[in-house]
Amino acid sequence: MRLQLILRRVAFLILVVWAASTITFFIPRMSDRNPIRERFAELARTGGFSASDLEVIVESYNKKFGLDKPLMEQYFDYIGSVAQLDLGVSLNRFPKTVTEIIYESLPWTISLLFVSAILSFVIGNLLGAIAAWPRAPGWLRSIATPFIMFTGVPPVLLAIFLLFFLAFRLKLFPLGQAYSTGIAPDWSFGFVLNVMWHQVLPAISMILGSVGGWVLSMRGMGITIQGEDYVNFAEHKGLGGRVIFRDYYLRNALLPQVTGFALALGSLITSGSVVESLYALPGLGSKLGQAIQANDFMVIYGIVLFITMSVATLMVLVEFLYPLLDPRIKAD
Amino acid sequence: MTTMTTTAPPIVQLSRMKLLAGYLRRNKSLGIGLGIILLLVLFTLHGMVTVDQARAYPLKAKPKQPPGILDFSAEAWPGKLPMGSDFFGRDMHAAMVRGMWQTALIGVIAGAAGTLVGVVLGFTSAYFGGVFDAFIKGICQILTPIPVFMIQIIIASSLDKRDVTIFTMAWIVVMLAWMGPTLVIRSQVLSMKERQFVSVAKLSGVGNGGIIFGEILPNLLPFIAAAFVSQVFAGVFSSFYLAIVGLGPLREPLLGNIIWGAQSQGAFFNGWWWWPIWPAAAMVLILSALALINMGLDELANPRIRRTE
Amino acid sequence: MTHVLEIRDLQVSYYTDLGRAIALNRVNLNLKAGEKLGLVGESGSGKSTMALAMMRMIKAPGRIESGSVDVDGVDLMKLSDEEMRLARLSRIAYIPQGAMNSLNPVMRIGAQMVDAIRAHIPDMRKEAMIEQCMKSLESVDLKRNVFQMYAHELSGGMKQRVCIAIGILLKPKVIIADEPTSALDVVTQRQVMETIDRVQKEMGAAVILIGHDMGLMAQFVDKVAVMYAGRLTEVSTVRDMFTTPMHPYAQALIKSLPNLKNKGVFQGIPGLAPSLLRIPTGCAFHPRCTQAMESCKTTIPEVQDHNGRLVACHLYTEGA
Ligand SMILES: Nc1ncnc2c1ncn2[C@@H]1O[C@H](COP(=O)(O)OP(=O)(O)OP(=O)(O)O)[C@@H](O)[C@H]1O
Ligand code: SF4
Ligand SMILES: [Mg+2]
Repeated sequence: MRLQLILRRVAFLILVVWAASTITFFIPRMSDRNPIRERFAELARTGGFSASDLEVIVESYNKKFGLDKPLMEQYFDYIGSVAQLDLGVSLNRFPKTVTEIIYESLPWTISLLFVSAILSFVIGNLLGAIAAWPRAPGWLRSIATPFIMFTGVPPVLLAIFLLFFLAFRLKLFPLGQAYSTGIAPDWSFGFVLNVMWHQVLPAISMILGSVGGWVLSMRGMGITIQGEDYVNFAEHKGLGGRVIFRDYYLRNALLPQVTGFALALGSLITSGSVVESLYALPGLGSKLGQAIQANDFMVIYGIVLFITMSVATLMVLVEFLYPLLDPRIKAD
Repeated sequence: MTTMTTTAPPIVQLSRMKLLAGYLRRNKSLGIGLGIILLLVLFTLHGMVTVDQARAYPLKAKPKQPPGILDFSAEAWPGKLPMGSDFFGRDMHAAMVRGMWQTALIGVIAGAAGTLVGVVLGFTSAYFGGVFDAFIKGICQILTPIPVFMIQIIIASSLDKRDVTIFTMAWIVVMLAWMGPTLVIRSQVLSMKERQFVSVAKLSGVGNGGIIFGEILPNLLPFIAAAFVSQVFAGVFSSFYLAIVGLGPLREPLLGNIIWGAQSQGAFFNGWWWWPIWPAAAMVLILSALALINMGLDELANPRIRRTE
Repeated sequence: MTHVLEIRDLQVSYYTDLGRAIALNRVNLNLKAGEKLGLVGESGSGKSTMALAMMRMIKAPGRIESGSVDVDGVDLMKLSDEEMRLARLSRIAYIPQGAMNSLNPVMRIGAQMVDAIRAHIPDMRKEAMIEQCMKSLESVDLKRNVFQMYAHELSGGMKQRVCIAIGILLKPKVIIADEPTSALDVVTQRQVMETIDRVQKEMGAAVILIGHDMGLMAQFVDKVAVMYAGRLTEVSTVRDMFTTPMHPYAQALIKSLPNLKNKGVFQGIPGLAPSLLRIPTGCAFHPRCTQAMESCKTTIPEVQDHNGRLVACHLYTEGA
C-alpha cells in the first residue's frame, strides 16, 4: 500500500520533469527564427573564441541542438543528456559547463530561499492563526493587518523600496553585492558576518513579500477550524487557551498550509531569482539574468530546467512528508 | 435555526450609487482597491491629454534630470520634467503615462483571454466529463509544479527581442496562465451540476444549451469575475517579471522595462533614485489594488471572512 | 442541601442581525445526585442552549443575561474565567451533540484524554494519568488499545463512547449528554444508553440527557422536562409524563408517539414552531394549543408545583 503510493509519486515526478524538459526543448524550436543559430553566427563573426574552443562548443551545441539530425533524434539525445544532468556549456563563460555554473551559485540561492521560505511560513501562519483566534487580545490580532496590505506587492518591488530607503537614503545597509568589495572570501567570522549583513535586505524583501499570503490563507483556514466540534469540545474539557490554540486549532489549520507551502515554492523561487539580480547576489537568479542579457542560451535553458526539476522534486517530497503530519492519510 | 423567519425590512428607496457606496464602505478591500484603480486611471487620462507620449522614448528629454515636481521654476529642455528623466533621456512623466496604460493593456488582454480559455476548458471538461476531462485535469496537474515564470523565460528568450511587443507579452502570459481559471471553473461547474436546480432543469427537458446558458452560467458569474481579476493580476505580475529581467519589449516604457534599465545602469549607485522609484511605486499601487479587489470579491462570495474582523 | 444542581432564572439571548432571539427564557430546574433527567423539545427549542449556558460556553452573538447555576452549592455564574475552566469536566461535564466530529483528528485518543486530566491536575504523575484514562475507557466498554488510536480508526459508536469516557474522566457531579445517540443505529443507541446508565449509577452523578427520542428516553431517565420556545413547560416523572401528561404541548408530544393503537397514522403537532425573534405573547404555545383561553394570549403562565410535577399552563392556575 505504502510502496504503491511512493511509486505513484515518483512516476508523477518523472512525468513532470519530462514535461518540463520537453517544453524547454520544443519551445525554442517553435519560433521560426532560431535565436541559437543567430547567436552562434554572431559569435563566429565577432570572434572571441579560439578555433578549438569553438569546436568544443559546436560539438556540445550539436549534441544538444544538433540541427543536422532529425528532430525526434535530437529530442531523444537531449532527453538522454538531461537524464545525465549534462546541461551543456556556457557560450559566454566557456569552458564552464552549465552544471558548474549552477553548482557555484547554488549555495547563495539555497541560503536565501531557505531562510526566507521558512521564516515567512512560520511568521505568516502564526500571525494568520492569531488574527483569526477570537480569544487573542486585539492588539495581537491586528499585527497581521499591515502584512496583509503587502500581499499584492511582489518581493522585487519591496526590494527596490528597501534599497531606496534603508540602503540609499539611510545608508544602513549595503546597496547590493554578496559581500563588501575589497575583502577576500574565506570562512572567517568577519567575512561570514559581512555576507549575512548583505543578505538582510534581500531576505526581508522576500519575507515581507510572502508573509501576507500566508496570513490570508491561514486566517481563512483558522476561521473554518475554530468552528469545528473538536475545538469546542476541547474547551468543554476545560483545557487552557494555549493548549487549545496549539494542539487543536493550529495543528489542524496548518495541515492544508503544508501543501500550500509546496505550491508556494515555485513563486518563491521566481521572486527569489529576480531579487537576487536586483541585489547582485551571485545566485542562480543573477546567473539567469546575466545569461538572458548575454543570450547565453544553454545557461538559460539549463538553469530553467534545473529550477523546474528542483521545485517539482521538492513538491513531491513535501507530499511524502504530509502523511507523517496527518494520520488520516495513512488509512487511505 | 429552523425557526428563524425573516422580518421584511422596511423598503427604502435608495439610488444604486448610494447602495454601492454603502456596500463599498463595508467591504473596505473592494472599496480601497477600486479607489486606487480610479486614481491611476485619472492620472493616466490626465497625462494622455497633457503630455506628449513620444517623450516616453529615449533621447527626447535632457537625460538624468531629477524630478522637478516641487521646483516650479525648473525649466528643463525642452520642457518641464515633473518626474525627472532617465539615463536614456526619457521624460519620466510621459514614460509613466504610457507605461501605465501599456501595463494595463497587457493585464486586460491576458486576463480576458486567460479567463475565456479557462471558462471554456473548465466548463467543457466538467460538464461533459469523460476522457476530455481526465486529459485537461491531467495537464493541469502536471503543469502545476512547473514554475510558470521559468517557462515564460524560455518562450520570451526564444523570440527575437526586436519582435517583442506588448501584445507578444500578453500572449506569452496567456499561454501558461489558463490552468488556474480552468481548475476553478471546473470545480464550480462540477458542484453546480449536482445541485437541485440543474437536476430539475434536466428533468423538465431543458437541453444542454439551456442548462449551460440559462442555469449554470449566471450562477458562475461571480467566480468568472474573480477569475478575471486574478488573471489580470497574474498578467500584470508575469509581464512585469519578464520585463524586469530584460525580456520585455525593450524600447517600450513598460514599468518593468524601466526598472530593468535603471537597475542595469546602477541607478541607485549613481544617485538617480527617481528612475526606478516611480515605476516601482506605480506597480505597487496597481498590484495592491488588484489584490485588494480580489480580497473584496472573496469577501463578497464568502461573508464568513468578514465576521471575525 | 439535597439538590446537586439548581438552576435559577437562567436566561440566554442571541443578538442576531434580525433582532434579539430569547433562546432560553428564565428557566428553573433542580436535580438530585443520581437523578436522570430527559430534556425534550422540538429542534430549536433551546435544549443545547441550556446545556451550553450551564457550561458557560455561550458564544457571541449569544449572551447569558441572568440566572444562577449552582453545582454542589457553588454558583458557576459567579466563578472567574479560570475557576470556570477548572469547573468544566471536574464539576460539570458536557458530552457534545455530534460526537462524530468532536475528536481531534490529528491527535491520538489517549493524548486527548491525558491533556484533559493535565489541564485540571497538572502535577499528577504521567502513569497515573494514563491509568485513569484506561480505566475510563474500560468503563465505557472500550478496549485499552483505543488509547493508541486516532478518531478515524473508530466507528461512530466508539467515538461516542470515547466522548463519554472523556466526560466521566474526572467524576463530575453533573453530566450533560446532548443527543448522545442521534447519529447511531438502534442497537448501538441502546448499548450507548446502557453504558451511560451504568457509569452514572457507579458515579452517582446527576445526568441530563437531551434528545428527541421519547421512547428511548423513557427507558433510561427518571424525569422528563419538556421545553418549548426557550421555556420549560412541564417537568414530571417518566410515569406521570407518559400516562397523564398535563401541559397541552406535552400531551401533544405524547400523543404523537407511535404505538400499536395509532399504527400508521402519523400525528404531528399542528402549526409551526414559533420564531424565537417573535415569541407569541402570553403562553408561547397558544397559537397551536387546542385548549387555549383568553388569558393565554396575554399572561405568561408561571411554572407551578402540582404534587411534585412542575407545569406552566393556565389550565392549572387557580383563579385563571
Ligand atoms: N450562534 C447562534 N446565533 C444565533 N442564534 C442561535 C445561535 N445558536 C443557537 N441559536 C438559536 O437558538 C435557538 C435554540 O438553539 P439550540 O441549539 O439550543 O436548539 P436545540 O433545542 O438544541 O435544537 P436541536 O434539537 O436541533 O439541537 C435556535 O432557534 C437557534 O436559532
Ligand atoms: S397556557 Fe393556555 S395556551 Fe398555553 S398550554 Fe396552557 S392552555 Fe394552552
Ligand atoms: Mg441541540
